[in-house]
Amino acid sequence: MNDFHTDPMFPLLYSVRQRVRENDDTFTLELEPSAGEMLPAFQAGQFNMLYVYGVGEIPISVSGDPSKPYRLIHTTRAVGSVTRSMADLRENDRLGVRGPFGSHWPMESVTGSDLVLVGGGIGLAPLRPAIYHIMANREKFGRVVLLYGARTQEDMLYRRELEQWRSRFDLEVYVTVDRATGSWHGAVGVVTTMIPHAPFDPLDSVAFVCGPEVMMRFTVQALQRRGVTADRIYLSMERNMKCGAGFCGHCQFGPFFICRDGPVMRFDQIQDFFGKWEV
Amino acid sequence: METLEEVIVEHPFFRGLRAEYVTLIARCAGNVRFAPSQYLFHEGEIADRFFLVRRGLVSLEIFVPGRGPVSIQTVGEQEVIGWSWMVRPYRWRYTARALEQTRAVAFDASCMRRKCDANHDLGYEMMLRFAGIISYRLQATRLQFMDIYSLNG
Repeated sequence: MNDFHTDPMFPLLYSVRQRVRENDDTFTLELEPSAGEMLPAFQAGQFNMLYVYGVGEIPISVSGDPSKPYRLIHTTRAVGSVTRSMADLRENDRLGVRGPFGSHWPMESVTGSDLVLVGGGIGLAPLRPAIYHIMANREKFGRVVLLYGARTQEDMLYRRELEQWRSRFDLEVYVTVDRATGSWHGAVGVVTTMIPHAPFDPLDSVAFVCGPEVMMRFTVQALQRRGVTADRIYLSMERNMKCGAGFCGHCQFGPFFICRDGPVMRFDQIQDFFGKWEV
Repeated sequence: METLEEVIVEHPFFRGLRAEYVTLIARCAGNVRFAPSQYLFHEGEIADRFFLVRRGLVSLEIFVPGRGPVSIQTVGEQEVIGWSWMVRPYRWRYTARALEQTRAVAFDASCMRRKCDANHDLGYEMMLRFAGIISYRLQATRLQFMDIYSLNG
């Protein structure tokens, strides 16, 4: 047993295998273990702590395929010192990785239900492992609807995959942008506007939602107006996570620690303080 | 083949509308079809109709000098287009253009206003339904305006 298994604060060494630019400020890193030793398999919705040596460590959701744990894939946006340094990493550069941490999308307990996945902006990244899982186990679920909203078409993540998913007969994909630019001829409007008419049965659907918190707030309202109950809505929450293991308390959210009890949380368990200014 | 009354009563916007009102307003309605790029109406013109979209996608646009038409929202199947017909001065506030082959039920505004004036219960019912649409779109527009996916959003 290596040190990681006994100490969640101990990072393993990973190397950059590939870096893909998604849009102006967002990129995807594909990592592989440097010394052969790898992290335990992750589940859809969990996150890792990525450590750029000499700069700092940040939490990032895993956005790759849970059935391929050897390839760790993370999509993030260059917004701070760590992510900007990460954006400059090249092939074979190394970084430390701890994880996987936190709760996951409840893939097993939602078998048989319709699934509505609602992603906003970079919020599509934590949903992607769930989509891979669904596609690999398609017979276990009812209708599957993906609603994705981005700022503009240029800001969309995983465009090629979105087109592939859209062409499938067993996955319904609807995309909207807040602003129509260039040659965009699709839907315009916030992602919540697609919920009232999306093809799912509200009485037998489970929703997975990920995006900016204000977007999730309005999404929950739209889902509830449609008839989806609070105990069937799951959100991927984000807070300032530091240790990743429930030690430090940085990510406290009411009675929960997002790193340990989240990031995926059922809405009925957090609705009393969700959207409050100070929790 | 579905009658116009059946189409109206099955549309989400008029779901639950009393049968006598459906009969009344169906007399103001007709089926319409728009080819891709065809305009339903233009900003500033008299708002003489509203539409229940049955199939297709329509872009609501505002003309911005120097940029041309800017799409602010799209309206698709099972949705309704146009509330300027019930608010003075009864002029369209934006332009509507079909992005896809679009089928809709169009209601004549003068006919509808006459019926609402003559029957205030019907008028109140219309006002409630359209107020819901206006409120919903206002909320969506506010969210859009916040630019939530930007770094400062």
